[in-house]
Amino acid sequence: MLTLSHISKTFNPGTVNEKKALTDLSLHLEPGDFVTIIGSNGAGKSTLFNAVSGSFFTDSGSIVLDGRDITFQPEYQRARIIGRLFQDPMRGSAPGMTIEENLALAAGSGGWFSRMTRSDRQRFRDRLALLNMGLEDRMKQPVGLLSGGQRQALTLLMATMVPPKLLLLDEHTAALDPATAEKVLEITKQVVAEHHITTMMVTHNMQDALELGNRTLMMDSGNIVLDIGGEERKGLTVEDLLERFRAGAGKKLDSDRILLSGLEE
Amino acid sequence: MTVALVQTALELGLICSLTVLALFLSYSMLNVCDLSTDGCFTLGAAVGAIVAISGHPYLAILAAMAAGVCSGFITALLQTKMGVDSLLAGIIVNTGLYSINIAVMGGSSLLNMNKTVTVFTLMEDLLEGTPLAGQSKLVVAVLAVILVVVFLTLFLNTRLGLAIRATGNNPDMVRSSSINPVFTTIVGLCVANAFTGLSGCLLAQSQKSVDVNIGTGMVTIALASLLIGQTLLGRGGIFTRALGVVLGAFVFRLVYTIALRLDMPAFMLKLVSSVIVVLAISGPYLKSRWPMIYRRLTHGRAAAAKGGKV
Repeated sequence: MLTLSHISKTFNPGTVNEKKALTDLSLHLEPGDFVTIIGSNGAGKSTLFNAVSGSFFTDSGSIVLDGRDITFQPEYQRARIIGRLFQDPMRGSAPGMTIEENLALAAGSGGWFSRMTRSDRQRFRDRLALLNMGLEDRMKQPVGLLSGGQRQALTLLMATMVPPKLLLLDEHTAALDPATAEKVLEITKQVVAEHHITTMMVTHNMQDALELGNRTLMMDSGNIVLDIGGEERKGLTVEDLLERFRAGAGKKLDSDRILLSGLEE
Repeated sequence: MTVALVQTALELGLICSLTVLALFLSYSMLNVCDLSTDGCFTLGAAVGAIVAISGHPYLAILAAMAAGVCSGFITALLQTKMGVDSLLAGIIVNTGLYSINIAVMGGSSLLNMNKTVTVFTLMEDLLEGTPLAGQSKLVVAVLAVILVVVFLTLFLNTRLGLAIRATGNNPDMVRSSSINPVFTTIVGLCVANAFTGLSGCLLAQSQKSVDVNIGTGMVTIALASLLIGQTLLGRGGIFTRALGVVLGAFVFRLVYTIALRLDMPAFMLKLVSSVIVVLAISGPYLKSRWPMIYRRLTHGRAAAAKGGKV
């Protein structure tokens, strides 16, 4: 489904601020894979997502998604087949526009001059009802009135309105309170399973990283240092994962945040 | 006398409300402050006048709008594709348009249309003998405003319209969605400037003359009207808000016309519009800051009363 071959990205090359964000990274995902990604701050997780979604072009290497070489395809074109959620729930929807207008934009059916029809509205209603948040009765309200969790759930709905080939979740529950995070994660699992979407999810929660999906990657210094899937992944504990990371990266995991969120469980 | 006063305010307000509707699209929806508005307004007036003078009153309207589209396209191109800051792009185009406007007017800075057949004179002939006789300015202006408001209401609810609104509302979202913000910005500014051009064209033809300075200060006047309109009818759907914008333009003109009657000299218009824009923009800001300002003031006094140093 997704094949990254030897991609690299260096920010501010040749200056004192030079940062090698991705170093010769290769990765292959099968259709329907649900990959969780962990790693300390600055390991290159978000940079990897930015490279895949086209926020910038990579310095070297190639990106092939669903059989198409998208290495130099602009971001807005890739967005037709890649859905993306950010940590900040405010990023994914337009606050000054109503819920149904946001959904209409995401649904993207019809031509530029098409207008929202009754059947569109019904479809949006049905989808919103699945969230169990009562949003289906607030479709004419501006999105700015929703809570963070509601907005993130809406964004998830928008990103999967037309099921994408690839869904990128960049710590999309990190800014939500635990109960809401749980709910959004639940909805995520539902939506992904329903449409059999290939998914990559960055998380700082080690337990989630092991429980969700079928494969776990660990990143460090702009590359993948650990790739666990299949039988090997079953029965793995957070402690095992930390031990494996030490072995893989040749150092201790340096982020307190990641340790804490792992041990909290 | 008062009827005449309201009538003038209504005519001018309606014609200028087309520019306000243009800013409603570019400033409120697309979140781009288009400073080429002044030049574009004059461009519409000049192009419309030249085409009307050469004997094509209807074509004059279309030509003025097309000229506006070109101007908007260049402003948009500068800021989306050539790395020019959006405010600067407007200023640059505005400056360049000054020369172009004089060139369009055949090297002169004033054109007279006293004997020219325009949509207004055509409407005058059409209305003769009806109860609306002598109201051609009002009728043409009302028709134009209705058409533009209806168009905007329909347009901003199409998928393209939604995309334009999202571009202005949440650039982050647009960047990671399948909307190309370059495309939506270009379309938005082209459409907006078409209305600015139309507005200039109609104002010139209703006054039967074009001065190269006809559009000077227009952007501030239009912004003032827009902000008044948003205070009056800022909530609700696009149609309500567009109506509010037209109402704002009328209220602005009415206040101004009344001020003129109270012996305020005509040259004060631009100062008045500047003050209104400042009030409308900084009013809410200062209001939100006021509790803290008040606290600091009283805090200082309380400390001084206790004999401490502030």
